[in-house]
Parts: sequence; C-alpha cells; structure tokens
Amino acid sequence: MVKNPRWVAYGLIFIFLLFIPRLLSIHNLMLFEYGLTFAIVGLGFNLLLGYTGLLSFGHGAYFAVGAYTVGMVAKYLPEAYSLEILVPAALFFSLIIALIFGFLCVRHTKIFFSILALSLSMLIFALLFKLYHITGGSDGLRVPLPTMFGISFKGMRRPLFLSGTYYYFLLMIFAISCVVMRGIVSSPFGKALQAIRDNEVRAELIGIRVRRYRLYAFIISGMFVGLGGALWSFVNGHVTADLSHWVFSGEIVYMTLLGGFGIFEGPIVGAIIFTYLKLYAMGNTQYWMFVIGATLIVLVLLLPNGVAGAFASLFAKMGRKKSV
Amino acid sequence: MLIVKNLTKHFGGFNAVDDVNLEIKEGEIISIIGTNGAGKTTLVNMISGYLKPDKGTILFFDKDITHASPYIRIKLGIGRSFQLIQLFENSTALDNVRTALFSKYGMIRRGLMPADRYTSVTEEAVKILKNFNMLDKKDLTPKALSEGDMKILDVAIAFALKSKLLLLDEPTSGVATQDKFKVMDSIVSAIRKEGISTLIIEHDMDIVLGYSDRVVVMHEGKVMAEGKPAEIMENREVKATLFGIVG
Amino acid sequence: MWVVYTLNGLYFAALLFLTSLGLNIILGVMGILNLAHGSLYAIGAFMAAWTIISLGMKVPTFLLFVSLLSGFILAGIVGFFMEKSLIRAMYKRTLEYQLLLTFGALLLLEDAIKMVWGGQAYYASAPFDLLGKVEIFGNVYPIYFLFVMAVTFFAGLFIWFFMGRTKLGIMLKAISLDREMATGLGLDIGRLSTFAFVLGSGLAGLAGALVVPTTPALLGIGMEPLILAFIVVVVGGLGSLKGALVGALLVGFTRSFGIAILPEIELPLLFLIAGIILVVKPEGLFGR
Repeated sequence: MVKNPRWVAYGLIFIFLLFIPRLLSIHNLMLFEYGLTFAIVGLGFNLLLGYTGLLSFGHGAYFAVGAYTVGMVAKYLPEAYSLEILVPAALFFSLIIALIFGFLCVRHTKIFFSILALSLSMLIFALLFKLYHITGGSDGLRVPLPTMFGISFKGMRRPLFLSGTYYYFLLMIFAISCVVMRGIVSSPFGKALQAIRDNEVRAELIGIRVRRYRLYAFIISGMFVGLGGALWSFVNGHVTADLSHWVFSGEIVYMTLLGGFGIFEGPIVGAIIFTYLKLYAMGNTQYWMFVIGATLIVLVLLLPNGVAGAFASLFAKMGRKKSV
Repeated sequence: MLIVKNLTKHFGGFNAVDDVNLEIKEGEIISIIGTNGAGKTTLVNMISGYLKPDKGTILFFDKDITHASPYIRIKLGIGRSFQLIQLFENSTALDNVRTALFSKYGMIRRGLMPADRYTSVTEEAVKILKNFNMLDKKDLTPKALSEGDMKILDVAIAFALKSKLLLLDEPTSGVATQDKFKVMDSIVSAIRKEGISTLIIEHDMDIVLGYSDRVVVMHEGKVMAEGKPAEIMENREVKATLFGIVG
Repeated sequence: MWVVYTLNGLYFAALLFLTSLGLNIILGVMGILNLAHGSLYAIGAFMAAWTIISLGMKVPTFLLFVSLLSGFILAGIVGFFMEKSLIRAMYKRTLEYQLLLTFGALLLLEDAIKMVWGGQAYYASAPFDLLGKVEIFGNVYPIYFLFVMAVTFFAGLFIWFFMGRTKLGIMLKAISLDREMATGLGLDIGRLSTFAFVLGSGLAGLAGALVVPTTPALLGIGMEPLILAFIVVVVGGLGSLKGALVGALLVGFTRSFGIAILPEIELPLLFLIAGIILVVKPEGLFGR
C-alpha cells in the first residue's frame, strides 16, 4: 500500500488539506466544507452507480434521513446532541431506510428501479413536508452547534466553529470514508459488484446472488449519503424537506457524472466543482437552473466520462496509466 | 456421471427434443452434432437448467436434478459457456476469472482487503489463464481481445467454477477459421489436464473429429447415431442427413 | 357526498390518465423515461392560461377548445425540438445518460418557462365559471370537471382506436413490443419515434391545459403530476395503456377519498397501496 504512488498522492493531498483553514476566507471555507460533505455523498452514491450499475434518482432520501436525524435530535433529545452520538445515529437510520427502500427497489432493474427509487424519496419528502408539527414542514428544523466529546461550543458563532474544530473533524471523516470506500471497491465484494454491473446474467451464473449484492451496495451507499447529509447539516445550520426532493437527488447524480462515475476520485472532484458551479450560477443570474441544466446537457454530450474521466483519458494517452 | 433418460421437450405441436437418452462418463469429451433445429441447444438448456423438460429425468452423479434451478446445478458442478459471449466487459481478463473463483470459494462477502492481497486465489486465476494460453493478456479487458480470445476467456470462467461437467455451446463460432484450432487446443488441453467431462455442440466437423472421444448425432429431436468419431463419419444415415451424401 | 368524492376521483384520474398515457407512449415506443414530462405539462398549462387571459375573460366555449389546442400544440412543438436535439443523441447511450439528459432538459425548461411567462401566477378560471354547475343526485357539481372527463374519455378512445386500428398506431405498437423486429420489418424507427415523443408530449400539455381553469398556472406546477404519473406507471406496469388507465383510476380515487377522510394520509396511503401491489406483482398490474 505504501509503495503505491496513488497513496503517496493521497497522503500529500491530505496534508495540504490540513492547512486549508489558513488559506481560505471563512466564506470560502464553508463552501469547501459543503463540497467535502457532498464528496462523501458522491463516494457512496458512486458505489451504487459506477460500481454496481444502478442509477437512483432518489438518494436524497438518505441525505435527508441523515440531516433530519441531526435536526430531530436537536429538537427532541438535546441531551444526546453530541457528535459521537449523532454520527452513528445518522448511519443507523440511513441503514434502516436504505434497507427497506433498497429491498423494494432491487427486485427491479433499469427504468423501473429508477422510478421506484425516485418515488420512494418523494414519499419521505411528503412526510417531512406534511407532518409539520414534528418535522417543521416547509420551515424545516434548526441545527445548532453540537457538543464534541464533551466539549460544548455554546455561544460560539457558527463560522468560527466551522473554521476550527469542525473542519478537522469533517476532514478526518472524509479521509476515513475515502479509505473505507477504496477498500470496499477493490475487495472481492467490490469485484462481485462490478461483475454484476458488467453482466448480471453471467454474474448469476458464477454463483453471485445478484439481488442480494445489489441490496448490500444499496445499503452501503445509503449510509455514506446519510453520513454526508448529517455532516452537511452542521455547515448549513438548517435542514428542510426538499433535501429529499427528487430534484435534489438529481443534483447528486449530476455531480457524480460531472466528476466521472468511471473513476474512484470522480465523485469527489465532481462534488467540489458542482458546489462552486451552482453557487456561481445562483450568484450571477436568476435563471441558474437554466445554466445548470444547459451545462449538464453539454457535459453529457461532450464529456461523458466526466471531468476526472477526461483527465484520466488524457493521462492514459500521454502514456501514464491510471487504473480504476 | 451424467445420465439423461427419455428427455422430451415440446414447444406447441413440435418436439424440440424427443425421448433422448444420453450418458457421459467422467473425463469424456462428447460432441453433439446435427442440423439446425435438431434440438442440440434445447438439450443443453435442459441439462443446465434453463428449460424444464416435459418428460424424462436427468441424473448428475446419481442425483436427480431434472427440476433443480440453474443456481443449484452450478453449485453441483455443471458449468456452461455460451454461443454469444458473456463476459464482464469492463473487468480485466484476470478479474473475469478471479471473481468467479472468489464466488466459488464463498469469498465475495469479504469487503475490506483489496482483491490483490488474496494471493492464493490470484495465483490460481493466473494459473488458469496460463493453462488457456492467455497469460500475456491477463490485464486486458474484453474490448482489447480478439474474438477467439474472448471465447477462450468465456470458457475459462466456466472452468474456474471447478465444474465437473462443462457444456460448451459452439465454442468456435464467430472465431476466424485459422484461429479455431488454436482456440480448441487451449480449451481442450486445460480440460484434459483436470479430467473434466465436456459436452460440446459443434458444427465444424474438423473440430469434432479432432477433439472428441465420442460423437452423438441428433436429428429432429432424436438421437440418430452415437459412437467414435471415425465410426460416425462412416455411418451412411449420418452422411445422408447431415452432408447430403448419398451412396 | 360520496357522489362528489367519486366524481372527484374520476376527475383526478382523468388528468392523471392523460399525463401517464403520454409518459407511457414515450416509454413504450422509445424506452425513454422523460424526466422533463412534467415541464411539458407546465408548458401546456401556461400556454392555455395565457390564451384564455389574452382572449379576454368572457370566453365562449369554442375558444376554450382553442386554449386546449394551443397547450397541446406548444407542448408538442417543444417535445419535437427536444426529441430532435437531445433524444437523438441518446440512442447510442445507456440509460444513465438518457435520464441525465432529460433531467438537464427539465432544469432548462423550468427556467425557460420562467423566462417566457415570468414568475407570477396566471389565473384563468373563466371557462370553469362559465360552464357553471349542474345537479347530480342531489349534489351540485361543476360542469367543467365533467367536461375534463369527457375530453379525456374521447382522447383515450381516440388513442385506443389509433393504436389498435390505424397503420401508424400499429407501427408504434410494433416498435414498443419488439424494436429489433420492427427495424427488420423496415419501419422508419426514427420518424416514428419522433412522432411518439411529440404525441406523448402533446398529451402532457393537454393535461396541463385542462387543469388551468381550476388551478392557477404557477412555476413548478408540473412536478406533482410527474410524480403521480410515475406512480401510475409503476402500479399499472411499464408501457401498458390498460395499466395507465387502471393505475390512474386507482390513484385518482385514492386521492379523492384520501383527501376527504384525512388530507395527511393521502400520499402515504397511495404509497402503501402501490407498495403492496409491487410486492405481490413486481412488474405492475399489467406489466411485462
């Protein structure tokens, strides 16, 4: 592992990222943190899309589950409002919901799967929206600063919290997520998923229970996305029902494609770029959806392998190999 | 080790396979030949579990598998390759074989250590590729392989499942004539090494003559003749039906 | 009161049926799930609303048909351009790219609507008011809802006849049943696909046009119909016209009675029913 140049590069990048708070303004740091949380989401989402071959337009549901776990604990169980409880809780609830929804969805393929995943996420959206006594409805829920291992940040202003302790916490979780996901995709389990993606008939013929393994992939991806959602909620300070809306799920798909779903690092790159792209568009025109939509179309037509994918092809052409 | 008794399958009013009896001993390589629509593929589909017979039984090592699911038959040791190549398109040749091995050994639940670290399984996959003369191509994906190599890989995957009986459906179809023997040499040498029984559906008589222990001739759903390759070639009825040679 | 609930159920079902029918035709003939289908519904709605308002609020019945036609046609035109530009590019690509392109189209169209018609609401209730009410089994009921049901009935009849009896319709059916075979038979898949897409889009626009006398045309008006259409397709089965009908009726009645009993349970109840159907019959009621 140490001999592999890829890990050396990762190590260097990680060290560089440790210094980010000193290099960026607080505003840009918050943006970067949004990007990091979406990078975790993208990694999880791509396990399902890039490695297992299933496209879900409903992963916003798990993002919302993670985010609302935080919001609900804040509102109803403030004694338990600490990161060491919130993160496992978000993972737990994402697991449960992904298990139920995944079970329903993996019995179908392709279009039916996509529609079903989408519809289920809208169910969560409707529940979050309509049960406003519990969930805050369209107003959503507030996300105050949590305690961390006994340390309280009461009274501190959010930007300060985010630029200090929280950044390092987030970075650490991000790094762990990368390592874990890397391990998963290169393991025999990951190879089995890729076999399912490439040829499900043959996969079944070599003894892989396709449905079951799709479900495993679904659950793991849901958990990563839920984790991202929970971490995102602290940056945003506020959670609303539209996190489960299918258009938001579409943004998750968008950023994964933007980076390239054929490469491990693709979703990470895509998440960071999309965060800035969306903000840039929103800041410059009221028709930002048009801009984003047009960009997506151009992207799909010209760079189907995404930004990272295009770079990888470039490198490959130049002689240096970059394998998945 | 494989005994097929009175196997029958009809589609509508037409008998695709009509009261067929067949026996394959351990280590034998048998070719099934016949005109198009003679029932060869239907027979193989029933042996591998993709079609349920209307009548008859299939015994595999004395076990009745007539109604067993394909999944169970794979676990019991029946493997097959296809006329239309079925490979894992975006994985390397090594991974194509190795993933089959991981599945066979029940290791696909292992989710944390990289596949490359499983040295014994990886070495075994490499050995299989070597036996099939594909060692130099182990890091290539199917896109970069020739038609013949893809066929070999297809068989190699079925082979990796440690099948005791291999069903090969036209293993050289789609392969350029000059490469056919190379492909069969690779496949058959690997098979002979492990003593695996094999059932081959073939149209190419040179292949049939060169590699089979026994030949079974099918016509209109029935077994018309059976015997050593040389005998079959002398059989008048066979010559008339298959080659239109009279006299 | 039950009479009213039943009639409302039929009304919802009617609108839903038109939308799902369009979605299903495209899905069946082209194998494409158009995520922007709701935007075409919205385009129909805005166009019809604008027509009604522009023609003056005192709208004689025949001008009502003009507004419906305008919605149908504009949606069809947009669908035409969409098909020519995007969908063509999608044929060679995989499902992921198809969905992403239609998603991009959705984002684009939603803002395009905003650009053309602005962000305000368009109230076009004139036809609704003008048609007045009628008494049915002791209940007073708006005639407009009956009108919508009638339009849908005839539209459905027309499509059924078209798909089953006309040459063009049979060709479309052939493609949806077996694309490769159809090519082998010499059918011009390209032209026919365009036609299917335009027809499907037009139907969505028609549905949107029908709804504006009862609801103002607002940004995002197409979102909910889209989701409900998806549920109809899931429950009724992909590509099945019969499924669209049954599914629409199921959803329409669940909606009507659900709202009457307890507004909050409407959507979860719908999902519960859909979930049960799917567990029992994964392909949907009439799916393949």
